[in-house]
Amino acid sequence: MLLEVDNLHVSVAGTPILKGLSLRVGPGEVHAIMGPNGSGKSTLAHVLAGREGFEVTAGTIRFRGRDLLAMSPEERAREGVFLGFQYPVEIPGVNNIYLLRAALNAQRKHHGQPEIDALQFMRVVKEKARLMQLGEQFMSRGVNEGFSGGEKKRNEIFQMTILEPALAVLDETDSGLDIDALKVVAQGVNSLRDGKRGFVLVTHYQRLLAHIEPDFVHVLAGGRIVRTGDRSLALDLEARGYDWLTAANA
Amino acid sequence: MNNPGTIEDLVGQKYRHGFVTDIESDTIPPGLDEDVIRFISAKKREPAFLLEWRLKSFRHWLTRREPAWAKLHHPPIDYQGISYYSAPRSRGDGPRSIEDVDPKLLETYDKLGIPLHERARLAGVAVDAVFDSVSVTTTFQEKLAKAGVIFCSFSEAVQKHPALVEAYLGSVVPYRDNYFATLNSAVFSDGSFVYVPKGVRCPMELSSYFRINAAKTGQFERTLIIADEGSHVSYLEGCTAPQRDENQLHAAVVELIALRGAEIKYSTVQNWYPGDENGVGGIYNFVTKRGDCRGADSKISWTQVEAGSAITWKYPSCILRGDNSVGEFHSVAVTNHLQQADTGTKMIHIGRNTRSTIISKGISAGRAQQSYRGLVKIFPSAEGARNYTQCDSLLIGKQCGAHTFPYMEIRNPGAVVEHEATTSKISDDQLFYCRQRGLSAEDAVNVIVNGFCKQVFRELPMEFAVEAQNLLNVSLEGAVG
Ligand SMILES: Nc1ncnc2c1ncn2[C@@H]1O[C@H](COP(=O)(O)OP(=O)(O)OP(=O)(O)O)[C@@H](O)[C@H]1O
Ligand SMILES: [Mg+2]
Repeated sequence: MLLEVDNLHVSVAGTPILKGLSLRVGPGEVHAIMGPNGSGKSTLAHVLAGREGFEVTAGTIRFRGRDLLAMSPEERAREGVFLGFQYPVEIPGVNNIYLLRAALNAQRKHHGQPEIDALQFMRVVKEKARLMQLGEQFMSRGVNEGFSGGEKKRNEIFQMTILEPALAVLDETDSGLDIDALKVVAQGVNSLRDGKRGFVLVTHYQRLLAHIEPDFVHVLAGGRIVRTGDRSLALDLEARGYDWLTAANA
Repeated sequence: MNNPGTIEDLVGQKYRHGFVTDIESDTIPPGLDEDVIRFISAKKREPAFLLEWRLKSFRHWLTRREPAWAKLHHPPIDYQGISYYSAPRSRGDGPRSIEDVDPKLLETYDKLGIPLHERARLAGVAVDAVFDSVSVTTTFQEKLAKAGVIFCSFSEAVQKHPALVEAYLGSVVPYRDNYFATLNSAVFSDGSFVYVPKGVRCPMELSSYFRINAAKTGQFERTLIIADEGSHVSYLEGCTAPQRDENQLHAAVVELIALRGAEIKYSTVQNWYPGDENGVGGIYNFVTKRGDCRGADSKISWTQVEAGSAITWKYPSCILRGDNSVGEFHSVAVTNHLQQADTGTKMIHIGRNTRSTIISKGISAGRAQQSYRGLVKIFPSAEGARNYTQCDSLLIGKQCGAHTFPYMEIRNPGAVVEHEATTSKISDDQLFYCRQRGLSAEDAVNVIVNGFCKQVFRELPMEFAVEAQNLLNVSLEGAVG
């Protein structure tokens, strides 16, 4: 099993947000997580990535059998957990691919591999940038500096395609994308689907799932997963909203 | 969870140059009076004009008081508790070549990462090394001599080129200039001297390393660089000091003169011992650096990376006298723990169409305080003058401070003066973003800080840019989490 979340309870600033959430992601699986605003989707994503300020009060998370909660954020990243941020931050002056190369080398070092050859790195960067339709100028600009909302999201997926994580958690990567960009992002994700990697897609819209076929669709409400189904569940939600589910669980 | 705490935990790396070299030295007892000055001058067999100048300076100094306007706090300095002369004892009359230099001294330079011969040869850098107060050896003399470039210790210049010294010494920083410059004029013991003749492009980077070793000594070096018409020279200065609980005084003076069409690029990587995390010990660095663009079309550019010292008080400046002359100041200053820095520049526009650029990047961490203080002064004669100032501060943690004091005196209505200032913080979001990509918290800070400083690092000679980057990383280790 790639990811096993069991009975997870998380509080933020003393307020319980996740209240007994369980989720299992097997190799090659794509899980979509939907749910009303404020239900805790980003909270889950951040806890998986190890962000400070989220207090795990109960429950366990195992990643490839190891205790994920015992690892630092960078260790998780190097072990192959990638978070595509809902709001990617700007880091002025830090060259986009400079950071990416540092990231890749940190991961390689962790796995006892030598640093990536500069030429080879540039080759990969060019190829993936083309895939994500990000022009060369994005490579040398500051990380997300002055990027439009959609460009930031594409940059997240661009980074993901180069880091090739074992588990990618994408928090609303589809929000704010135009129709073409949505396809580009879906292409980026699909290019990594190899039957081994797992994906957790947080989304509000079923249209992303038209491009990235999910194996499971979960509804997160009231701090727990209240319903699990297949892609047709996403269509139901789009037609009916969340009330019928949250009411049933209240 | 295995998170390295907070921003505060991460700024706390040990000073790496804090060793003392056990070497015999001639040190005079602490204290300062005319006899001490006569002693220094006699020791160096100086011509009469120089002794006179020293004595004039000393008498003037007695009438002056320490300046109080800087945003700095320190206990009073006991000027009578300092020894004003310390020299490594050597066979005969001082080293003539690298073979004559005490091996222990060479070892010191090795530890500092400056293998005098190896590195110099590889890098094509000529090094003048000043240990305590006396210049130890100058490499690459011959190649420079072939080009007609004079690069030697100040003492040697006094012996061999007294006319040049007499003509230019004090012509940019007069002995009455300020308290510390006046003191330096009275007691300076050595330093570097450069003369680049007309039309000559100096064939290599010139470099000097200053090191304070002996206890209870001050260092008062003096650097004089003259670029004759149409010449070009790039000079780099580095400095370190051992770790001691006492504060040591460093009061240097640097004078640059660029004649018509000449260009001087002066870079500093300052890494004097900053004191420990409780503010004990460290160098008091009170330095006067000024360049005079005396001729038309000349250019002087200062680049500094200020990482060390308990206190830094320094304002490398340009007097833009010649028409169309250009002054530049690129600065990165880092303060951590209880370090204090009050630094900046002055650009004095006198000639027509003179241009100046000021890029200042200040980084504060721990409980450090840092001020940028800059003056842009435009004389009525400076028709068409332009200045651009950009002043950015980066704060790491919540207990440090950054202050900006830009002064402008514009007396020509046609002048164009632009000023931009920003203050930013390394945010938790930025740190987490980098860590989520696999960087350690320390590497994340380094990456962000280096991004912040890029504009200035670009100005440093290649190999020193790397050194400066590493120095910054070391200075901020322990800064974040
Ligand atoms: N620092 C904080 N202090 C207090 N409450 C917080 C904090 N951070 C998050 N919360 C609360 O936690 C709840 C869950 O937030 P979260 O961001 O996980 O929701 P979400 O499901 O991702 O919502 P959206 O669909 O709007 O992105 C919200 O009610 C939010 O206000
Ligand atoms: Mg969210």
